[in-house]
Amino acid sequence: MTNNFEIIRAGVNTTFQDQGRSNLYHIGIPFSGAMDNRNYCLANKLTGNKLNSPVIEFAYQGPHLKYTGEKINIAVTGDVVFKIIKSGTEIDGNCYESYQIESGDQINLISTNKSVYGYLAIGGGLDLKFQWNSCSINTKANIGSNDGKKLENGQKINILNINSDQSKRKTNYINSKVENIRVIKGPNFNYFSEEGKKIFFEKKFTVSKLSDRMGMRLEGSKIENIVNTNIKSEGLIKGVIQVPADGNPIIMLSDHGTVGGYPKIGVVASVDYDRLVQISPGSKVKFKEINLSDAETLFKLYEMETQNLLLQI
Amino acid sequence: MIKNISNLGDAAVYCDFGKEVNKSVNSEVIKYFKALKKENFESINNLTPSYNKLIVSYDLRKTNFKEVKKLIENLNVNENQDKNNTKIEIPVCCDDQFSLDIKRLEEKLKINRDKIIKNFFSKEYFCYMTGFIAGMPFLGDLDENMRVPRLETPRVKVPKGSVALTEQFANIYTFESPGGWNILGNTPLDVFDNSNEVEPNLINPGDTVVFKQINIEEYNSYNDK
Repeated sequence: MTNNFEIIRAGVNTTFQDQGRSNLYHIGIPFSGAMDNRNYCLANKLTGNKLNSPVIEFAYQGPHLKYTGEKINIAVTGDVVFKIIKSGTEIDGNCYESYQIESGDQINLISTNKSVYGYLAIGGGLDLKFQWNSCSINTKANIGSNDGKKLENGQKINILNINSDQSKRKTNYINSKVENIRVIKGPNFNYFSEEGKKIFFEKKFTVSKLSDRMGMRLEGSKIENIVNTNIKSEGLIKGVIQVPADGNPIIMLSDHGTVGGYPKIGVVASVDYDRLVQISPGSKVKFKEINLSDAETLFKLYEMETQNLLLQI
Repeated sequence: MIKNISNLGDAAVYCDFGKEVNKSVNSEVIKYFKALKKENFESINNLTPSYNKLIVSYDLRKTNFKEVKKLIENLNVNENQDKNNTKIEIPVCCDDQFSLDIKRLEEKLKINRDKIIKNFFSKEYFCYMTGFIAGMPFLGDLDENMRVPRLETPRVKVPKGSVALTEQFANIYTFESPGGWNILGNTPLDVFDNSNEVEPNLINPGDTVVFKQINIEEYNSYNDK
């Protein structure tokens, strides 16, 4: 029998993700891929996987899995409360630490703590379908592994091969919570009234429950448009902040539609993307203006920090 | 010609070809798109052509705005003029069960069903861009007297294959999706095939499209062939 995980409870929004797929915007397919890239890479490194290997991404409540097969390493990253159940005994799991599990063991990913996404890496190769070099599930277009659909109760995740080096790996990492998100002004910044621009950079917005992998909807003081609430449809990228006629900003996230016709007030700086996606509904966000060269420098530093974290494992 | 090049955030270049939406401006956008695609620069990870803009996304780990801007400015677009755009025929059935918004179209356009259909099928269309949902083509231009705004309240589910109109454009819903366009008919042809990784789109920017009216019997037997 193949080594496998049986899904006892799938969780809220559980998908396979990797680094995503590129060069497909022009046909209408977004990047997709793990929302929080740093935590995705850390999960893989902790299990001895290549950094671009598929992982299980979950939001809020994660899956409850039962393992059958030869010994295997797993690791969880994010800010996740989880338990490992070994022959009836529950162990509290620590994120950023690998665990060796055996046949019959269970992993119960109970919830993400004041954050959105968590990652479970499995030390080995998963039996997944790749489309355009990526297993990432895009549930909107039904692209990727698992026929492009969320994981469901009762399904099995088959393991093709298991990493031979299963030594314990761990690191100390604390996800910094942010409220200030740095933003570069967008091409339609001047579509908005002076008051609207002020609101955008000075007031706090609340993350709406309607947020998902496609976009983060925000609620707060309305941002008034004085030019045109529609533009001719044009390309979008992740991090773009559009303001439709109702005056509430929407931030494009990894599964976003590839073109859109609402004015772009700004774009989230790449340095803050991983942290942005982790801001949970009901929390507040405040935008802070940043110029291009500072954004480039800060991203370089963030990347160096990620590389250092990976080297420490 | 590109009128202005600016940054869209810190990981994309925003090439602005002006405010006009017409075939000649869009052909310029597509020329740049094809030239960049052909060069296949390693640091560029996405290109999004639209009516009058081209967005060039890049990997900020490998390059930056200044470098990509230079690549675009130094691009030799004229060498890459591709005259081999294909002409594609799309069968469309306007049976009552498919033309969900025909009454609205008659009311808004103040022309009758037969004339709407005759006008729609008598033209050649140009594909300005594909996107929003995977493979959806934006085809223009509809005649001035055929232009209607979006539905006031978009549908939660537009059936797959719906052929719909808004303003100067027609489009095809490549799979079931929410949408606010005025539905005139339905095609039995798969316009997007996600199992084909090389050419998933039947229609690509720059292509010419003609619609061919089919009746319900032809529609029903279309995929039996």
